[in-house]
Amino acid sequence: MIVDANIVRFDSLPLDCGVTLAPVDVAYESYGELNRARSNAILVLHAFSGDAHAAGISHETGKPGWWDNMIGPGKGFDTDRYFVICSNVLGGCRGTTGPSSVNPATGCPFAMSFPVITIGDMVRLQKMLVDWFGIPRLLSVTGGSMGGMQALEWAVAYPDRVVSAIPIACTTRHSAQQIAFNEVGRQAIVADPDWNEGNYYGKQPPARGLAVARMVGHITYMSDDSMREKFGRRLRGKENFGFGFDVDFEVESYLRYRGSQFVNRFDANSYLYITKAMDYFDLTNGSGSLAAALEPAGARFLLISFSSDWLYPSYQSQEIVRALRSRNCDVAYVELESNYGHDSFLVDVAEQTGLVRGFLASTFEKVA
Amino acid sequence: MTPQTAKRPAFVRDLLGRSDYAIIGEIVEPNSKVLDLGCGEGELLEWLAANKGVQARGLEISGAKVQRAIARGVSAYQGDIDEGLADYPDQAFDYVILSQTLQETHRPRQVLREMLRVGRRGIVAFPNFGQWRVRLSMLASGRAPRTRLFPHEWYESPNIHFLTVHDFEALAALDGMTVERRYFLSGHRRVQWLPNLLAEVAVFLVARG
Repeated sequence: MIVDANIVRFDSLPLDCGVTLAPVDVAYESYGELNRARSNAILVLHAFSGDAHAAGISHETGKPGWWDNMIGPGKGFDTDRYFVICSNVLGGCRGTTGPSSVNPATGCPFAMSFPVITIGDMVRLQKMLVDWFGIPRLLSVTGGSMGGMQALEWAVAYPDRVVSAIPIACTTRHSAQQIAFNEVGRQAIVADPDWNEGNYYGKQPPARGLAVARMVGHITYMSDDSMREKFGRRLRGKENFGFGFDVDFEVESYLRYRGSQFVNRFDANSYLYITKAMDYFDLTNGSGSLAAALEPAGARFLLISFSSDWLYPSYQSQEIVRALRSRNCDVAYVELESNYGHDSFLVDVAEQTGLVRGFLASTFEKVA
Repeated sequence: MTPQTAKRPAFVRDLLGRSDYAIIGEIVEPNSKVLDLGCGEGELLEWLAANKGVQARGLEISGAKVQRAIARGVSAYQGDIDEGLADYPDQAFDYVILSQTLQETHRPRQVLREMLRVGRRGIVAFPNFGQWRVRLSMLASGRAPRTRLFPHEWYESPNIHFLTVHDFEALAALDGMTVERRYFLSGHRRVQWLPNLLAEVAVFLVARG
């Protein structure tokens, strides 16, 4: 399945911070066919560093999508049955308007003059895209991590537009620990002299800072077990320690590699804006009462967490499940056993596939 | 398959092979809201949803079983019965089912109380520890009884609170539960006489008094 990204332009988007962005581009991909009743559409929401290329092989890069193991003919999100859409988030750097986009008022990239955005803003833009498709109700909204936060926001902000939601490995609000890891990433970027107050477009980008930010991120996506299994204390291409600060351990080499790769595909300012949006996200709007926040939600829910995920631990999903139960909402939940940490929803998908397939089939039966 | 057998309406017992499921299938009113405590892989709930149009929810402690329940389309969640009911509002369900689960809970009296808080009615099915086979097994062997419904060694048994038909009736009276209907079964046959001695499984439909 060779896929192309498309771009739609909307006139304007009002933001939570009070600013209105105009115009706004959204990059999206879609897979499968929208049925006549327009009742089989699923909106897939990507995690922090993802993009619109969720499935298939990109015409542009030749690379598979970030959830290609979950989306496609016969897969969990079966494109023989469902119409699947994925768009790049607001503030991103993969086609949708973000800090690296040109500000029409100045003719220069926004950089730090880009307004601060929220998860709610991202979802508002996605809803414009869904309207543009002419889809009255989404069969499901789904995603892991930050994608799960957006799925929750969808269920609360547009309850009459979603039949079901599948938030995976996520939370209704970041804990101090989650904010702390994001802040380390942000500080690594702004400490890089090449960051230059965000004005690095057309010059040397803050590659070292961004790479360090990504290295920290990668550690939080794995688990102690998965790192032990993957690297242990193995040395990289040597028999003995080098007694210096070049790469000794396999794990150092891996992190450096992942960090340097990330620089080629991600914008440092997008890193700042999107992580901030995640940290600001609070489904309860500061009230602390999740049950009250979920009051409008009428969707059917499937929540999934993973046993070794310490970045978005199961207790955060269980909090959501308990609040949904207290509202007597239709909710299914299971913690899957996996050693892959937070990355499990991307890499360890066999059991997740069975859950998603059964949940979607029974949901679709009710609307069809 | 001959046309005759194909046309015969599927009975829950044939599908599931559990006599208490057959009774529960009879009791539950169409289009009601049902919570099954200890729903296993969701077979009963799937049947009730398909054949009675109920809104089905299930609670199950085993993650592997919850997975299979969700995969068959049942809204099940992983949790502990002894605690899992607390979040629900009062009278959230028409029926709360405890199908051969009560004897496995740590605090059965508390579970029954909670069951009738979140449900308008409770359906409680349990293996009768007073059945003659159980009595005979213990009398003859002098060891913890083992029968078809109590097949486990004492150290492996999930059953931690054994009860008889009379025991349940006594607790129902003590805690002010109204028994609306009672069914007694041996294999797939109804037991009419001496249920405490002859019934293998008892099914009670109860409400708050």
